[in-house]
Amino acid sequence: MTRIDLRINLQHPDFNLEIDRFVPLSGLTALFGPSGAGKSTLLRVIAGFERGAGRVAFAGETWEDAGHFVPPHRRRVATVFQEPRLFDHLDVRANLAYAARRAGQTGALAAMIDRFGLAPLAGRRPDTLSGGEAQRVALARALLTAPRLILMDEPLSALDHARRQEILPYIEELRDEAKVPILYVSHSHSEVARLAGHMLTLAGGRVTGFGPTAEILTDPALAPGLAGEEPGSLIAATVTEMTEDGLCALAFPGGTILTPERLGAPGARVRLFIRARDVMLSRARPEGLSALNILPAVVRSVAGAGPASADIALDCGGTLLRARITRRSAAALGLAPGVPCHAVLKTVALARD
Amino acid sequence: MSLGDLAPLWLTLKLAAIVTALLLVLGTPLAWWLSRTRSRVAPVVEAVTALPLVLPPTVLGFYLLLAFNPAAPFGAFWLSATGGTLTFSFAGLVLASLFYSLPFTVQPLQAAFTALGRAPMEAAASLGAAPVDAFLTVAAPLSLRGYLTAAVLTFAHTLGEFGVVLMVGGNIPGETRVISIAIYEAVETVDYATAHLLSGLLLGLSFAILLTLYVLNGRGRKRGSR
Repeated sequence: MTRIDLRINLQHPDFNLEIDRFVPLSGLTALFGPSGAGKSTLLRVIAGFERGAGRVAFAGETWEDAGHFVPPHRRRVATVFQEPRLFDHLDVRANLAYAARRAGQTGALAAMIDRFGLAPLAGRRPDTLSGGEAQRVALARALLTAPRLILMDEPLSALDHARRQEILPYIEELRDEAKVPILYVSHSHSEVARLAGHMLTLAGGRVTGFGPTAEILTDPALAPGLAGEEPGSLIAATVTEMTEDGLCALAFPGGTILTPERLGAPGARVRLFIRARDVMLSRARPEGLSALNILPAVVRSVAGAGPASADIALDCGGTLLRARITRRSAAALGLAPGVPCHAVLKTVALARD
Repeated sequence: MSLGDLAPLWLTLKLAAIVTALLLVLGTPLAWWLSRTRSRVAPVVEAVTALPLVLPPTVLGFYLLLAFNPAAPFGAFWLSATGGTLTFSFAGLVLASLFYSLPFTVQPLQAAFTALGRAPMEAAASLGAAPVDAFLTVAAPLSLRGYLTAAVLTFAHTLGEFGVVLMVGGNIPGETRVISIAIYEAVETVDYATAHLLSGLLLGLSFAILLTLYVLNGRGRKRGSR
């Protein structure tokens, strides 16, 4: 496990970044928070594009401190930016070779072209590539630098849904195989739920939390800082079958969930993300409702989440399920710890694992 | 009409070529610095760089003449270092033209570097390229049109130099007698045939150069739309 030590105090005209902690890095760690929280700035400090920030040390090597600065090109940190930043004057192969040559990785070039399916694009100019193709080239190019740390600054945010689905598997593969820690800036719940093992949350230039993704994403204490998107629950489930009428059935300790989206072959393990506001509650088991998923649960806790809303933590067969409803409804239903009820899931956002 | 009549043309082309080559090399770091710096000195440097655009060439020529004088510190230094004087010499013309044409190199380059933004250089650094490496392999090729504009404008502007040459170079055949001086002299001596020939050449040449620039730029715009 590598770690990065940060003691940063960066004064910008419009905001300050103040961080003093170390962060253990393994697999993919999401840097999560609303826009303006300082995520990208922190990434730029770590990459070395922004200096004078304080102290940055990675794996015991000091990259920046008073009177000491390791320039970006000596850090062996690969950055994948929001836009692919390919060099327009070079074709795809030359873009890849640019990175490989400087890292002594020319031998790995052919394998990387294969791995990312870039052979048909090798002779093309970057300005003739689609957004998804260009980002794939950018990923391959970053890997060819044989980095010790990979930084990704919202690499999917400029892409439409279909292109994202095309790139996500490559990032997952990178996370699982490369053994290089990845710091991934995002403000998308579903991306984070799908990709990140751990997450570091930022708000207003400060760290508000760090821990396993499942814990942080469902932590109501962090909710106000999380991008104005309400918190939700991560549920590990297994695909059991495809029903005759085309639904995908998933089993988890709290029961069965049905979705119209085919999520994998029977036996596939998936992670579901259910936003708190997509969970309705009912004391009696509701009848005559169009919702597919109605799960029995027991209230674990009730906490205020705003002037008019409340966060209800539910125990659903041992799995934490979170609902956000109005205070009025919470009072009307008489919700309190230990009270049994039914959770109605309106939508299930899915994060394949 | 003899080849001798064309000697001022060759001298002018040689001067313009040398000055253009030197300025592209010397102007690059200056333009790069101006495009990147947040220093408070930058506007001062920019203003000084742009001075030749607005000053009458005779004013620039006058100060350069004073500086080039072997009795002045710089002129004396040059004399002791090279054994030749700067006043009324080809070397002096080159040096004077470097000042005179500086803005025509620096301004297009600075604009190109500014338009480039920091993204390509950061990308290059993240791929392990040291700054000079990154400049030569990424920033410079991506600024090709800026270099083309700078080269053409510098060359064309140096071709038409008159006032500065008159002040520091005088009219020595084969040494400082550039085409604009030769035309002036021809008119003074009522040699209209020579004046016509040289003026026509300069007009045609300048037009051809500028036309080339605008045609190339127009094409670049279409192709390089991003």
